[in-house]
Amino acid sequence: MSQTVLKMQSIYKSFGDMEVLKGISFEVKKGEIVSIIGPSGSGKSTLLRCATMLEKADSGNISYDDINMIISDLEQAAVYADKKTLKQINRKFGLVFQNFNLFPHLSVLQNIIEAPMCVANISKEEAKKTAMELLAKVGLADRAGAYPCQLSGGQQQRVAIARALAMNPDILFFDEPTSALDPELTGEILKVIKSLADEKMTMVIVTHEMNFARDISDRVIFMDEGVVVANGTPSEVLMDSANPRINQFLNKISNE
Amino acid sequence: MKLESLISMLQRMLGASTVTLEVFFLTLIFSLPLGLLVAKGRMSHLKVINVPIKFYLLIMRGTPLILQLIFFYFAPSSLFGISLDRFWAAVLAFSLNYAAYFAEIFRGGIQSIPVGQHEAAAILGLSKLQTFFKIILPQVIKNIIPPMGNEFMTLVKDTALAQTIGVMELFRIANTTSSQYFSTVPIFVAGVFYLAMNAVVSYGFSFASKKLNYYR
Repeated sequence: MSQTVLKMQSIYKSFGDMEVLKGISFEVKKGEIVSIIGPSGSGKSTLLRCATMLEKADSGNISYDDINMIISDLEQAAVYADKKTLKQINRKFGLVFQNFNLFPHLSVLQNIIEAPMCVANISKEEAKKTAMELLAKVGLADRAGAYPCQLSGGQQQRVAIARALAMNPDILFFDEPTSALDPELTGEILKVIKSLADEKMTMVIVTHEMNFARDISDRVIFMDEGVVVANGTPSEVLMDSANPRINQFLNKISNE
Repeated sequence: MKLESLISMLQRMLGASTVTLEVFFLTLIFSLPLGLLVAKGRMSHLKVINVPIKFYLLIMRGTPLILQLIFFYFAPSSLFGISLDRFWAAVLAFSLNYAAYFAEIFRGGIQSIPVGQHEAAAILGLSKLQTFFKIILPQVIKNIIPPMGNEFMTLVKDTALAQTIGVMELFRIANTTSSQYFSTVPIFVAGVFYLAMNAVVSYGFSFASKKLNYYR
């Protein structure tokens, strides 16, 4: 049995009166590729943001490699691990944002080597070497000296993926990685993600690209209104589903 | 004016210019870091921090600088019996006053940086300090160059107010020279001196602006 990288149990999260996550649970095993789909406002991004500590969950349990990030006490309020543990957990995941969030004042190479140098204390030489390998992998070895503003959206997103990979995460999250891109540029990103899949990178991808989710995923999770509606293989969730909410969503997407 | 008196006037005014420049640079050395700290405090969610800072900003920006100069020169002696040197009282008043303006410029600059920059840095594991000094501040500096240029140029001219508490800076010397020779020439010469200093400041800012134009 393969090892569980991420475990989320009964995650609740509200913004004011708005309950966004209503008891979400799921697990990701090593080497697994999980796509999360669902209508906008269903809580997909919030779920990723809770998993990556960008938002604080109100209650629930989250652990990476059996190290607890948050546990809920008897009153059901989430208790976070101490700073040192959180720092250790932070090294386990990477996140690729919808709007890339590259550092505009740093070159492509500097964007990638900043964290390995400052956080992982890797020497500049080694960080550069790894960065160049990663840039070659995403097809941008010739743009190492460019600044983000000189790149297309697709190229920026590929740099963002290389930047996340440079920290050598156990699990990589993608928050709608192609949603900010022109349709003709989504292909290059999907290709890079596909190549990571071939290397058995553990990934959780929030996406609206249904065909891509079907082709690449080991498992698809359909979320709606803060709950997991379906969790299964791509064919179970996307093709043979009897669930009216899923079918309604899929029809709407395919009509667009 | 005779040639000798003209030369002696220029010598005295050049000497006084160094006092002006000292006030200018010392004020910047103290007020820029202080302004940054005040900006961070102003953005704090803790009331014990942000309320006193709001009060400080109100006082410093809401009362005349000339009054603040007089206050910092006379208040220590009448309140505590300690007398501050005129020059240092002036530097103190200018630093506290300019720190208030710089703080608001820094705050505007910091708040203009998209939250995604903080988030990307956090995900990569950068500490708060690393994020601020390596990711946020460099971008803030680029954004605040135009308002900072204004403040620097205003400060060059505001140093003339130090004469209120008897600091022998450029304008004070120009004034005394002017009454000595019954001539307004020294006053206008002082004007040329300020203009020359601000031409350098202005050039410095356009240079920095160009240098930082390598990204958007």
